[in-house]
Amino acid sequence: MSENQQSRRGAALRLTGVGRDFGANTVLRGVDLQVAAGEFVAIIGRSGCGKSTLLRLLAGLDRPTRGRIALGTGEASGSARIMFQEPRLLPWARVVENVEVGVSEAEAPAARRARALALLGEVGLADRAEEWPGVLSGGQRQRVALARALASRPELLLLDEPLGALDALTRIEMQRLLERIWQHQGFTAVLVTHDVSEALALADRVVLIDRGTIALDLRVDVPRPRRRDRPELGAMEEQILDRLFDGATTSPATAAA
Amino acid sequence: MTTTTTSVLPVEARRDEAAPRREVPAWLKGSRRWLADAGAGWLLPFGLLAVWEAAARLDLLTETILPAPSAVLLAAWTLLLKGELLTHIGVSGARALAGFAVGGLIGFGLGLANGLSAASRTLTDTTLQMIRNVPHLALVPLVIIWFGIDEGAKLFLVALGVFFPIYVNTLLGILTVDPQLIEMGRAYGMSNTALFRRVLLPGALPSIFVGVRYGLGIMWLTLIVAETIAASSGLGYMAMQAREFLLVDIVVLAIIIYALLGKLADSVARALERRCLQWHPSFRNS
Repeated sequence: MSENQQSRRGAALRLTGVGRDFGANTVLRGVDLQVAAGEFVAIIGRSGCGKSTLLRLLAGLDRPTRGRIALGTGEASGSARIMFQEPRLLPWARVVENVEVGVSEAEAPAARRARALALLGEVGLADRAEEWPGVLSGGQRQRVALARALASRPELLLLDEPLGALDALTRIEMQRLLERIWQHQGFTAVLVTHDVSEALALADRVVLIDRGTIALDLRVDVPRPRRRDRPELGAMEEQILDRLFDGATTSPATAAA
Repeated sequence: MTTTTTSVLPVEARRDEAAPRREVPAWLKGSRRWLADAGAGWLLPFGLLAVWEAAARLDLLTETILPAPSAVLLAAWTLLLKGELLTHIGVSGARALAGFAVGGLIGFGLGLANGLSAASRTLTDTTLQMIRNVPHLALVPLVIIWFGIDEGAKLFLVALGVFFPIYVNTLLGILTVDPQLIEMGRAYGMSNTALFRRVLLPGALPSIFVGVRYGLGIMWLTLIVAETIAASSGLGYMAMQAREFLLVDIVVLAIIIYALLGKLADSVARALERRCLQWHPSFRNS
């Protein structure tokens, strides 16, 4: 595991006036967001608020109608990897071959295999390398997907509710794994979720999106590893939930222009 | 005979395929492995043979209607010694394989092209679907006019018959590959070649195999008809010659050889399928 570049930092991310329309329907309007290198940001909001659209823009799977997304020095999608809500493993490829999908095709086959095995070790699945994805549990599949996402040493990791479908215990286990790997590798992480406590457990900053724009940007200054019963976290959770459910009545004064 | 060929629907083939893999009741599970090991599939054919032989021995069957299996076997031996049998099997086998290769490759190629390119699909699919609805055996008179009773006629008919199941199932296979996996491939920077090799082709393979197995059935059927109507060699010709001289044992022999060859082709396809689709839940334990 010494080949992991621990000193490597994530990429900074800057969104300026990003908007996205689908026909006449404006899903995102004027999102301004800056994420520092190596920062862990959680984006939360109710379903349909545009958070997944935003993540797809960051992943380069979709183009913004307006505005600019800059990653590090260049344009987005250069060294960004997305982890989807579903594992999306190739059922006809062995676990280790699935992780190799994440490694650049330019590398030699032996190097790709070694890198994939190292990452499987990191997510605790080294002994399952030769299995078919179909025999793994949901949590294990998502861990393979995480290994695949990290295989190219991304500077930005985008997570589209990857833990949403897991049971409560597996979920907590995955959150710890994610936090540990993030601390170890130092990439920038953007997590989309609708679980407020998950956002508070993992993120340096929680960004709330409401009606296509940023409604709240909250810094979570709680030392890691975080215990779930910390009173600060409880207070912040209240604040976010209040903002989420009052969003319909209060005017979006906090929204960035 | 033509009506059976018009029902070439990939959907039916799929249903056929899913049927034997249904959940087995608990009381059958123990005996199931033993049955499979002993080749239980052959119990019924051999049982029928025994009944048939007995019926012939007891003079329940007239020799001119249906000769005894032993008589058929004797005919096979005689023809084998004369060298005729192997020649006919060889000729028919070569025709079948050549027609399958030509029709299968064109079907596979067009299926891929139309699955991957919407432009190609718009351009050709309507035409192909129209032709598909013409029973290819209805073309026999036309084909005889075009090719006479040459090899070309058989090749053309077999290729045409095999083409459609493979085309339709390849197209279907490519079009039904999980779009989420395709999106993943693109998001992970796969080139078009890599996407095809790692996502599209393996994803379409189960469906392509359905097409291949169906195509093999059509291959034999077409060949039998073509050889029966217009040929100067091959198993169908052998059967027709025998009919002229009322050699019922040889007619029956030809039919049995067709059945065995058909079974052989299907077994090869199944073995290939098991090898290529190891990942598939249906094949994992076999």
